[in-house]
Amino acid sequence: MAEGTLLTDDFLRQIINVGEVDIVVGLSTHNHAKTIGPLTAAIQAGILKCFPRERVAIINADGGSQDGTPELVAKASIDDTWREAKVYALRTLHSISVRYARAPDPGKALQTILAAADLLRAKACVLISPDSTTFEPDWLQRLIRPVYNDNFDLVCPVYTRQRSEGALVRNVLYPMTRSVYGRRIREPYGSEFAVSGRLATDFLGNGISNEDWCRMGPEMSITIMAVTSKYKVCQSFLGIKPHSTRDAHDMVAVMRRTVGALFSSLDSKFSFWSAISGSEAVPSFGTPVQVELEANRVNRKRLLEMFSTGVVQLEGVLRSILSPPMLAELQRIAALDINKFEYPAELWTKTVFEFAASYHNSTINRDHIIQALVPLYRGRSLTFLTENRDGPEQDIQTREESLCADFERLKPYLLEIWADRK
Amino acid sequence: MQDIIVSELTQAFQQMARDIAHYLPRFIVMLIVVLIGWVIAYLLKMFIRSLLRLTKFSKLSENAGATLLLHQAALPSSTELVSRFVFWVAWVGFVLLGVSVLGIAGLQEYISRFFLFLPRLFVALVILFFGFVAASFVSRAALLAAVNANFRSSRMLSAAIRILISIFTLSMVFEVLGVGEETMLIAFATVFGAAMLGLAIAFGVGGKDLAREFLEKRFAAAGKEEKEDELSPL
Repeated sequence: MAEGTLLTDDFLRQIINVGEVDIVVGLSTHNHAKTIGPLTAAIQAGILKCFPRERVAIINADGGSQDGTPELVAKASIDDTWREAKVYALRTLHSISVRYARAPDPGKALQTILAAADLLRAKACVLISPDSTTFEPDWLQRLIRPVYNDNFDLVCPVYTRQRSEGALVRNVLYPMTRSVYGRRIREPYGSEFAVSGRLATDFLGNGISNEDWCRMGPEMSITIMAVTSKYKVCQSFLGIKPHSTRDAHDMVAVMRRTVGALFSSLDSKFSFWSAISGSEAVPSFGTPVQVELEANRVNRKRLLEMFSTGVVQLEGVLRSILSPPMLAELQRIAALDINKFEYPAELWTKTVFEFAASYHNSTINRDHIIQALVPLYRGRSLTFLTENRDGPEQDIQTREESLCADFERLKPYLLEIWADRK
Repeated sequence: MQDIIVSELTQAFQQMARDIAHYLPRFIVMLIVVLIGWVIAYLLKMFIRSLLRLTKFSKLSENAGATLLLHQAALPSSTELVSRFVFWVAWVGFVLLGVSVLGIAGLQEYISRFFLFLPRLFVALVILFFGFVAASFVSRAALLAAVNANFRSSRMLSAAIRILISIFTLSMVFEVLGVGEETMLIAFATVFGAAMLGLAIAFGVGGKDLAREFLEKRFAAAGKEEKEDELSPL
């Protein structure tokens, strides 16, 4: 098992002291002192309100915070919460912090939390993002109930997003996961999600220890593993996804642990996904929150510049990845003026598929393939921003659906180039 | 007089016949060794070619940028080149082995020197190949990192890294081969030093605006950009 080498003696001692629990709430932090206080309070309020009879432990896996984040979580007292809520917990709420590494590593943090949940024999484990400034106590119920009461194994979130947010999820992760694995999971890479004890144990025992792609991006991989291993998957409408630029600063790292894990999973799961055509919906709980959010300012010129420069400078690299007509088309749109610029959905779909096929055949170093996708993603993001800048919310959803349809329609193209791309 | 001439001629012919009789078997042995050597070298070539095709050596060579270099130099593919090289080394080895059977005194030393040189040649070729692989990999990694960091002269940076690693590799190869060791060392040090000095001057004087822009972008304007430009991907 992974626990043997992953967890420190002190952390194991604390877990042994806790005994067994019903629910584990996991928090993966790194210098989140500003947000962790209110978030912990909201989690505690959610536990008191929705799960007063259950044994719950908050596990904080910290990646070397310098601002006292773990101490804030460990010291969080439930007294303040229940005085305000006028609700009393029937069980002790444990709160444990552990420093799993000196530098943040989302995969290791998830592993630590799942390993703790496994040792505590939790029936459900819910992961909450410390950046969730819009977290509400009800989110806990929406995430945990399907696992705890309805026997689901994975509950993915569905967020209400600002129209320019989540470009990677909306343009790659959702459409590609849907097209390849045949399940309409809106947020295959969720900041918040819940897993059953059996999925957590299976993921630790068979996923992360056996499969490279699970180690590359555990958050993404847990969804893929749940789908491909026929676990019961559903999604829950949560609320507003806060704007966060934490991930935007290192787009390459984000690509590696999302798109990299997705591409990598295609190798070992070929027999599963190659037989699938079309997609089916997964059960959804709750109702979507309809709020018109203010758009963030994004420098569109800079996005175009990064795309155009990328296509020009990486010509040699792209030639090893893309087919000649595809590269020629990209070179054509890279020369367009910002007002005329468009990276069409079909071209984007084929681009992603050709990258996936080249990744499979390792036409060049695999990590270099992922890095080469970043400038092209910026180009597609620009079109995504331009298209979604104005117009009703309905149009955005129609375009999203149309992109997904393109991914599903062109799946035979992926299968065709899968073995051919040398 | 006539008898003497006939006797001398007879002796000369007898000596020649003895020499031929002495060398002919050796010559035949040499021919056999050369012929067997050719067959072995040919089989070795076929084996190496199949092995390289099986291990997708051409793809590795393509990734390393060696294929492009060979194409530009109008040379055959890397797989063909390596298998031909093995053929010629093996066959020349057998030819020299055959020649050594003749027992010509002066040749022995050269033959043994050739066989002593072979391991060094092999090591030099291995260094050359991996040097090109490293140059290609590192320069491409630098290019991708520079492009994703929105660095303007990404290609120049990548090319500079490739050239430096290639020069370094060549200097190592020449050192292993023992060809102009000191000259290569001095040449490498001069080129490397000149390149570094040139870059320093270019960046400090010629590119002062670029340096200012880079530093401003990196430190002063970082906060502003965070607010305006970042697109949340997840």
